[in-house]
Amino acid sequence: MAGTATQPAGTTEPTRRDFIVVAAGAFAAVGAAAAVWPFIHQMNPSADVLALSSTEVDLSQIAAGQSVTILWRGKPVFVRHRTAAEIAQAEKDDTAALPDPAKDADRVKKPEWLVMMGVCTHLGCVPLGQQGDFGGWFCPCHGSHYDTSGRIRKGPAPANLPIPEYAFLNDTRIRIG
Amino acid sequence: MANNSSGFMANPLVKWIEYRLPVFSTLDHMVGSQYPTPKNLNYWWNFGSLAGLCLVIQIITGIVLVMHYTPHTTMAFDSVEHIMRDVNYGWLLRYMHANGASMFFIVVYIHIFRGLYFGSYKAPREILWFLGLIIFLLMMATAFMGYVLPWGQMSFWGATVITNLFSAIPVVGEPIVTWLWGGFAVDNPTLNRFFSLHYLLPFVIVGIVILHILALHQHGSNNPLGIDTKGPQDRIPFHPYYTIKDAVGVGAFLILFSFFLFYAPNFLGHPDNYIPANPLVTPAHIVPEWYFLPFYAILRSVPDKLGGVLLMFGAILILFLLPWLDTSKVRSAKFRPIYKQLFWVFALACVGLTYAGGLPPEGMALVIGRVCTVYYFAHFLILMPLVGWFEKPLKLPASISEAVLKTEPGAAGSKA
Amino acid sequence: MKTTMMRTILAAMAIGFAAPALAAGDTATPPAQKWSFNGPFGTYDRAELQRGYQVYKEVCAACHAMKYVAFRNLRDVGFSEAEVKALAATFEVNDGPNDQGEMFKRPGLPSDKFPSPFPNEKAARASNGGAYPLDLSLIAKARAHGPDYIRALLTGYKDAPAGFTLGEGLNYNEYFAGHQIAMPQPLNADQVTYADGTKASVEQMAHDVSSFLMWAAEPKLEDRKRMGFKVMIFLVVLTGLFFAAKKRIWAKLH
Repeated sequence: MAGTATQPAGTTEPTRRDFIVVAAGAFAAVGAAAAVWPFIHQMNPSADVLALSSTEVDLSQIAAGQSVTILWRGKPVFVRHRTAAEIAQAEKDDTAALPDPAKDADRVKKPEWLVMMGVCTHLGCVPLGQQGDFGGWFCPCHGSHYDTSGRIRKGPAPANLPIPEYAFLNDTRIRIG
Repeated sequence: MANNSSGFMANPLVKWIEYRLPVFSTLDHMVGSQYPTPKNLNYWWNFGSLAGLCLVIQIITGIVLVMHYTPHTTMAFDSVEHIMRDVNYGWLLRYMHANGASMFFIVVYIHIFRGLYFGSYKAPREILWFLGLIIFLLMMATAFMGYVLPWGQMSFWGATVITNLFSAIPVVGEPIVTWLWGGFAVDNPTLNRFFSLHYLLPFVIVGIVILHILALHQHGSNNPLGIDTKGPQDRIPFHPYYTIKDAVGVGAFLILFSFFLFYAPNFLGHPDNYIPANPLVTPAHIVPEWYFLPFYAILRSVPDKLGGVLLMFGAILILFLLPWLDTSKVRSAKFRPIYKQLFWVFALACVGLTYAGGLPPEGMALVIGRVCTVYYFAHFLILMPLVGWFEKPLKLPASISEAVLKTEPGAAGSKA
Repeated sequence: MKTTMMRTILAAMAIGFAAPALAAGDTATPPAQKWSFNGPFGTYDRAELQRGYQVYKEVCAACHAMKYVAFRNLRDVGFSEAEVKALAATFEVNDGPNDQGEMFKRPGLPSDKFPSPFPNEKAARASNGGAYPLDLSLIAKARAHGPDYIRALLTGYKDAPAGFTLGEGLNYNEYFAGHQIAMPQPLNADQVTYADGTKASVEQMAHDVSSFLMWAAEPKLEDRKRMGFKVMIFLVVLTGLFFAAKKRIWAKLH
């Protein structure tokens, strides 16, 4: 006990890391790391957002050569009733030089109905319909050209317009998602 | 002190940064090995760092909740339910924030009572005490506005009653209330401004906390003996001694917090706040959150509107005069036989006020509220100055280390 | 002076504690029930919840909305995804506007909230003699004693005692504040037919639906208690380690 008075405080500070001290520190670090997860995960889509993942479209009102744009999961989906000429052009171009090769037949469930995301694969703008060098879509943001099958043909976009998951409920109704 | 030349501070990266931005040595001086602390601090001294922890928890959970909350009368309640039901871990974050507020007040109340018992408000720590009181006032404002945000019945009616307090001010009272509301009743403009301020004030609190710590470091911590440190033999570095002691307190505190959070998350709340706000129906019995009950009891113990409001605010403002109302030369109640007992009577009066504040203002609740209110003010205005004069304090030890050596082995062991 | 004051405070408090009991004597305190979700390890009884949902659907839902609960949430009650889908489809929900700008009805989807029986509060009041059937999503948390209170209320209908004047169109209930409740006794024996063969007594139905309403108000209760147990164990060990480390570090002072 006499040592307490004679030793100036501070010099007795532990220099050797005791096992128990290290263990306590490590344990606390593990707990802190685990506690971080809820704060990160809360930013992921919530249960109601995940549940609202399908929408239905009535095709009977869309004449050949017309398109509608549907909002699905907060993004536009193009539903285009293609003309015979567009289908023929799209199928002919299966053999053209494509930056992201894909057959038109693989991009549609029924040739006259093209259903795809209306989001440019470059930086996410919405392309304009029936414009550009290939009679398909043209993105005004940075000049990407898509053909009548929604495949990228020219410009900075790296990939074709994506096809969402969808199904024909009957001849005139589809469900996206 | 030996740390500077060895270990962490010798790391080349640390040295490189330290040469350009002295963050490490600054921290080391604030809460590290370079901050000399009285060697005899007991566990009551844990509550300062715990309050800091509470503030951090509230700010982090709050920022995250704002990502999902909608400050609009038609959507606020729904968005809180959205958080509780659909957001990933939303229930956890919201219960943390709601119960965290209660924990914050428990910790701060203990911190304040610690200061009252050991005379931490006395010279030369008056400004330290004032800054603490300002933090307390800001906390109350923040907590009150935060409670409005879920837009339940208690939110709405609590906001209505408390903002109406200002109408007691002569002449300008009514215009002030209209100005606070941004309309003719508590409504969407009120909710929006409360939301804005509820987000702002915690950061103001952070600023005052930094000043609070700055003021603390000027003369160092008070201690259970209430005597100044006389030299290095009375002091130990904050790190590692008090960092590890604070860590023990953090662990114990988190156990209490988790108990409420996981097993009784609505115990401290009021069922009525799960009813959406309805301006047409007043709840049978409006009560604020428990931490406001003592002040609510003081408000209601006065039959006059303006008088009640003045007394309620006076109950807090009187604490600013404490360094001068307390005339004793001795800080710690340990050496003040009469004040020591009065302190516990005062604590009991505060419990009585809390109890009375939670009951309808009639019958015995009103009597208890009034008796305790009278004692509350008499304690500060009459008893403290008088006792300071009359009381004969016990003999103070010559120094901290002398007192530590004198303590019986058992007590010394528990501190070692 | 001090002792007198203290005695006064103590006496005042002693009387004060008795006061609320007297005040509450008017409305009976709901008897505490044994709920499967009580206690630190409590969980919901899925069969009970499903029966409770049936009572809500067949009895309460005629007047009471539950706008915060979605069909998809019924997965937690123990229904399969296909069952939830089929169940949701039996309800009609409002949607729209369609391309003609008109609102329309369509079969419910799992993502839909429970449809409300009335379009708004005014309509609800108009159909119920001026009384508003509350939304039940949160009722178990919005009343003191929660599920105990709901169960007590549902089984607490009685003839008004002699000398008690009931208001026009009101009913006497032992547990309702003021005893006069607009809702007529909602549950009668064998009002629903439970698929699992449980006898549908008033007590049984009241118990089941109270349990269901507790789930609806606090759907994350099981997650909460599960996580709480892990966190508690962790914190106790952590605090123990901190305490040991503190002893070790402070030992070096002497």
